[in-house]
Parts: sequence; structure tokens; C-alpha cells
Amino acid sequence: MVAMSDYAGLKPTWCPGCGNFGILKALNRALVEMKIEPHQVLLVSGIGQSGKLPHYSRGNVFNSLHGRPVPPAIGAKIANSELIVIAISGDGDAYGEGGNHFLHAARRNHDVTYLVHNNQIYGLTKGQASPTSDPGFITKTTPYGAASPVNPIALAIVSGASFVARGFAGDIDHLSQLIENGISHRGFALIDILQPCVSFNHKNTFQWYQERVHKLEDKKYDPSDKKSALEKALIWGEEIPIGIIYEDDLPVYEDQLPALSDGPLVKQKINTRRVKKLLTEFT
Amino acid sequence: MTIDFNFMIGGEAGQGVQSVGFLLSKVFARGGYHVFADQDYESRVRGGHNFFRVRVSDGKVHAIAEGVDILIALNMDSIELHQPKTVAQGMTIFDGEKIKGISTDNSNFLSIPLEKLAEEEAGDKLMINTVALGAALSLVNYDLNMLNEVLASHFGKGKVGNSNIAAAKAGFDYIQSKHKGEFLKLKSSSDTKRMLLTGNEAISVGAIAAGCKFMAAYPMTPASSIMEYMAAKAKDLDLVMVHAEDEIAAINMTIGAAYAGVRAMTATSGSGLCLMVEGIGLAGITETPVVIIDAQRPGPAVGLPTRTEQGDLQFVLHAHHGDFPRAVLAPATIEDAFWITIKAFNWAEKYQLPVVILTDQHLASSHATVEPLDLSKITIDRGILFSEKEENALEYMRHKVTKSGVSPRAFPGLGKALVVTDCDEHDEEGHLTEDAVDRTAQVQKRLQKLIPLEKEIGTPWKHGPEKAETTLISWGSTYGAIYEALDILHKEETSINMLHLNELCPFPAKAVADAISRARNSYVIENNATGQLAQLIKAETGYNVSGQILKYDGRPFTPGYIARAVQKEVH
Repeated sequence: MVAMSDYAGLKPTWCPGCGNFGILKALNRALVEMKIEPHQVLLVSGIGQSGKLPHYSRGNVFNSLHGRPVPPAIGAKIANSELIVIAISGDGDAYGEGGNHFLHAARRNHDVTYLVHNNQIYGLTKGQASPTSDPGFITKTTPYGAASPVNPIALAIVSGASFVARGFAGDIDHLSQLIENGISHRGFALIDILQPCVSFNHKNTFQWYQERVHKLEDKKYDPSDKKSALEKALIWGEEIPIGIIYEDDLPVYEDQLPALSDGPLVKQKINTRRVKKLLTEFT
Repeated sequence: MTIDFNFMIGGEAGQGVQSVGFLLSKVFARGGYHVFADQDYESRVRGGHNFFRVRVSDGKVHAIAEGVDILIALNMDSIELHQPKTVAQGMTIFDGEKIKGISTDNSNFLSIPLEKLAEEEAGDKLMINTVALGAALSLVNYDLNMLNEVLASHFGKGKVGNSNIAAAKAGFDYIQSKHKGEFLKLKSSSDTKRMLLTGNEAISVGAIAAGCKFMAAYPMTPASSIMEYMAAKAKDLDLVMVHAEDEIAAINMTIGAAYAGVRAMTATSGSGLCLMVEGIGLAGITETPVVIIDAQRPGPAVGLPTRTEQGDLQFVLHAHHGDFPRAVLAPATIEDAFWITIKAFNWAEKYQLPVVILTDQHLASSHATVEPLDLSKITIDRGILFSEKEENALEYMRHKVTKSGVSPRAFPGLGKALVVTDCDEHDEEGHLTEDAVDRTAQVQKRLQKLIPLEKEIGTPWKHGPEKAETTLISWGSTYGAIYEALDILHKEETSINMLHLNELCPFPAKAVADAISRARNSYVIENNATGQLAQLIKAETGYNVSGQILKYDGRPFTPGYIARAVQKEVH
């Protein structure tokens, strides 16, 4: 039996009240609910306060460079397709530094779950605007106000991701279920997670999000319709939809690789005999 | 060597220069000859001027030659640029109906209605290149059947193959009917098992032989043909090649695959490697074994995209911030590229570090005949692996401090051991830390790996008398041209030898210092503008070389160029 205690990692160094605690708990709970053991999981993070999360949970961990958790997650998934691979970023990591990887991972639809801690601010570097900061948001690096933000939900949908969801760190039950859905989904699963930054974002606070989020499930919403998903993706302000915004069964990159049909690459033996035949092609 | 015969094919991009060059090389390789061929092309798909040189000999050849015996000129530029380089009895084949104003009174010019023959005999006027190929082989009275075999295996036995065979025959017969018996005869024999391959093919096959299962890359000349080869073989050989969105993704995917336990590589050039620099450090601190091919081209920035240079040596030795070990290898020949690639994978895994293989456009896209490879010499050394038992799984520490600096590797998901690593400084378990003691221990353990790695370094390649007045020191793809220059210089009674490096980091300091101290003069020969090997020698041995023979016009050295440059220096 897998228990929450199996996922008790190092003691977090996040600020008291940080939204990351909710995300950590929701992830651990999802893994326990799915009866996944830590050695079956690979957590690949980037840099930012989100990047520390794998150390505070348990599993195989590859804490990669800023903006880069998705490419090594893809490489590891292809090398060992039996691993449950979860990439973890913040809004700066995913949508700023790693923007190109995000678009193309969605386009190719790799079988990786991507959790993005989105607090609309840079926390680790202490309070600069992020790619998702609200327009006009004043920070140390945007004294005249931030420019207009990226829309990660819309971007993921139009780029070809087959699972696109938004969660809220303040609703652990709901978020945990979304993470379970994302892990179960075959294909690239983005879960953008709204979270307060208690130290640096005094606009988009816990209360600010709490007053605005509403669950799509409550409205009998059908996430398989791309057009209505895009409409939902454009809603932001007085009302913010959370839940599965788009989900469809699309071709998965890894399923198109003939080499993986013989089982995980990492379990295949090195066979130098094949080279002899290969060399005859050059005679 | 009694036969040393040189063909050159020149024309616009799109006229089929490359395929004639390749087929000509192939038909002589199959007929028992030694071949060395190189390509000179512009960064464009149509137009401009490209050429392909094919040197054919009955002895081993290591480089291109300067003279041309038969020039196939598919455009006017080829005549203007290359006809003056043909030897006294050299022939220039051209289509006088298309290239006007060339007098054939000069017996060195031979006009053939290439386009007319292509249209009439093969039904496709685009096949002028194959008509010219048949004509060129007819001029040396070569075996037409052997050409037909090569054409059939290259183009297939269907319509395209048959049309090419018809086109070649038209060119062949045209010459035979008009000039029978006028020229020399290059005989063929079919009992050879010699292969014809490019540097990039040698690297690709070497990687497959080494057990590489994963490659991620982004296309960039002159490295692209490696990813294309791996992609073409992916299905049959159970490997994966991911065409990544950029070089940053490529190296990070490669690192992810290697962390998960498969042998993995990436390949790029110039600015592509600049984008990968961040990943080189990631491999360094996470101790992930990756092989990175840098097929050099002249820089900086986009530089000369399709040309050759050895300008990245100092860059790859230092690329990334901070201190960590790496290895840098530079194959000397196309055959060496095969073996060095296998070595690179073994070193990467034994010492858990990034290994860079430095080639260049000249090595990457030149063809050479290679004797059959003794595959029994291949060894696969995956380094120290964690042997998991039930009682020790939870104690596993990916970055355990050991005497050798090498920590046993476990692969995520294959056992219960958790494999934790971090691009932040980490403790032995792999968790991030800022602790001064952990930091010091991890830096030391990583650098410690250099000690056994240094012992892996072999002896640089030496040629010429043990003791000589002048020693030439070089690295990478220039080997063949310098080796042949030595022959020229020995005939001129120059007291000279050479020391050639295919392993550059760790640096074979003792061998180089000994060579410099024994010679009166020592010169580096490099395809770059600043003498990057000379700088490395100075840093590693304290010695200054006497001089530098440098070339940075984007073109490779020829033996003749080197011999002349050396003569100028020593006299």
C-alpha cells in the first residue's frame, strides 16, 4: 500500500502561506490515490520556487535548468516509457524561459504531465513581473506596468496539447483530481495552477483568486469541444474558470516511435552484431 | 602507388554535382581503388557554384590533391575556375551546345552533347550529370557494367534506375565511338570489401555500434546528415531520433535520455553549439554521460555555413561557467571517427561527463574508402552501475563521494532506488544544498574523475623519423593532408616528422612537450586564425611553438599547400 508518508520528502523552505504547499499536497495525494510508488515516478523540475517541489516530495528527481524541465522529461520518457513523468515549472520557467519547449511539447503531444505553478510573479528572484502578470502590474522591473500577459491555456490548446486544465492551489481536492486526470491522460497534459505568492504578489492574493475561480464541472461543461474550450480559455478577470478546459484523444508522439514497440529503450540490450550488416551498405 | 588520378565535377547547385561525385567515388571504391573525395558547396539549393573532387589511387590516399586529370564542367564557372588547374594531359568535358565560346581546337577540351544525349537516350534532359559520368568513365576505359550495378543499387531497378543506366551508356558510348583507345585504362577488380563512407556516416555507425539508442538534434550544416542517418535507421535498429525545436531542447532531451539509462547523443555546429552550452554544464553537474558532436564550420555566428574550419577548439574546452570535467576528442580520419565515437560513449559513461567530438565540414562530408573494420575490437564499458538488492535500495545515493570520484549509477524506474540529481549544487543524495562542506566535496569528487580519465589518453599519432629538425603538430581532420605533405617534404630531403592529436582533453602534455623539446623547430598546422592548438600547448606544457601555419579561408588544406608553407618557414 502506498501512503502519504511514502511521499514525505525534505522539509520545505517556502514562505509560510505559499501556494506551493497546496500543490505539493495535491500532487502527493494524487500519486497515493493512483497507488503509484515513488520509484515509478520521475519528477523533472526547472528553476524557481516551483523547482524545489520534487525535493519536498519523493520519487526519482531531475531538477533541471531554468526553463528546461520539459526537454529532459521528454528524453527520459522516451528512454523509459514505463516511467510516469511529471514536469514541474513556474510561470517564468514554463512561459518565459521555456516558452519554445512548451509550444513544441504541446504540438508533438508527448506523454508528459506538466504542472505549472502560476503565481503571476517571480518569487525566487524576489518580485519581478512574470509572463503572466496582469497588464499594468507594477514591479521592480516594470515600473510603468507589465505588458499584456501570455494566455497559457489558449496557447496549449492551439499548439496541440491534448489535455489542458487550470487548477487552484487553494482547492486541494479539486487540484488533486485534476492531477490524477492529467497523469491518466495519454498525451501532453498541461495543468496551469493558480497560486498566491504571499511575499511578492499583493494583487493576485489567495482571496483574489478565491473570489473569482469557478469549477467548470459544476456547469456541465464538455471539454472535448475545441471551440468552446478556446472560448473558456479567453475568460479571465471577474470570473476565472478552473477544471479540465480541453481534453481529446490525439496521436501521442511516443506511440509513433517504432523502437518503443519492443518495450522501453532502457531495457533493450546493446547489440553490436547489427552493425556488421549495416556496414555492408557502404561496400 | 602507380595510379593517382583526380576527377573534378563542377556545376550549379541542383545540377547533380553531388550525385555524380558520389557515384564516381562509389564505382571506383567497388572496383578495388582507394578513394578520397571532398565536396565544396555554397549555402544555397539552386545556382551558385559547387564542385566535388574525387581522387582515385591504387595505394592508400589520405587527402585531396591539387591537380585535376578529368574535369566534368557542367557550367561555365567550372571551366573558368578549374580548367587552369587541370594537368598537362588533363581533359575537360563540357556540353559545347550549352556552354558557348569554348574552342575545342585545344585537345584538352572535349565537347559532348550532354543535354541532347540525356534527352534522346534517357528521355530526361536533367540527366546531363549521368551522361557526363558515363563519358568520364569511358575516358579511362572503365568497366561500364560496374557503373550499371552502382546506378541500379543507388537509384533502384525501376524507371529512374533504368533511365540513369541509359544516360550513362549514352555518354560512355559517345566517347568510345569517337575517341576509342586514346586514353589510359583504369582496370577494375571486384574482390574488394572496402567501404566508402563520409565522416558523418562513420560517426553515425560508430554511435550505433556503441549502443546509442537516442539522439535529439536540430538540423545544422554540416552536422545534419548524422541526424538524418539515425532517423533513417531508427525503425530497423530500434533507436530514436527526435528532431527537436532547437539545440537547447536537443541537448536537454539527450541529457534526460542518458539520465534515464540509455546511451544518447546530439550533433550540431557553430551557433548550435553556442545554444547547447548551458546543457554542457548541466551534464557536468548532474554527472550525466552525453556525447556531443560538433561538426565545425567557420564562425563567428553564421560564418561560412557550408565550409570548414577548426575554430571551436578553445570554445569547447571552456564552454560553460564553473569548473567541471569534460573530454574532447577530434577524429583524424574517417575510420578514426568510427572508433573515436565508440570511445566517446565509453568515456562518457565510465566518467559520467560530457564528451565532445570535434569534427569539421571537411571530415563530415568527405568520402573515403575504409578497410573492413574489425568489429571484435569494439568494447562497451558502461562504467560502474549500482547493483540493487532489497536491503540497499533505500540507501542509494546518486552522487556518493567515492575515492575515484565516480558514483555508481542507477537508472530511474528500473529498481526501487530513487535516482535524484540537481543542476543546483547537491548533496550525495542529489538534493539541493548550499552547505559549504557538501559543495566542496562535490566539486572535488567531480574533478577527481580527471585522474583516471587522464590515464586513458593514448599516444598521439607520429610519422616520420623519430628525430628530425622540424616537427609538425596538428589535430583533427588535417591529419591526411599533413601526412601526405610529409611524403613530399621527405622527397625534398627535409628533416621533418609529425605529431598528430586526436585526443585533446585531457591533454597529452608529456608527449607534446617531449616532441617539442626534441625538435629544433616545431610548427602547429591549423585550420583557424589564431593557432588555438598552439595556445593549448602553451597552457598545458609551457612551450611556445616556433611558428604557426594557419588557414582560415574556409577551405581545407591540401598536401601541396602544407609542403610549400613548411618550405617557406624552414628556409
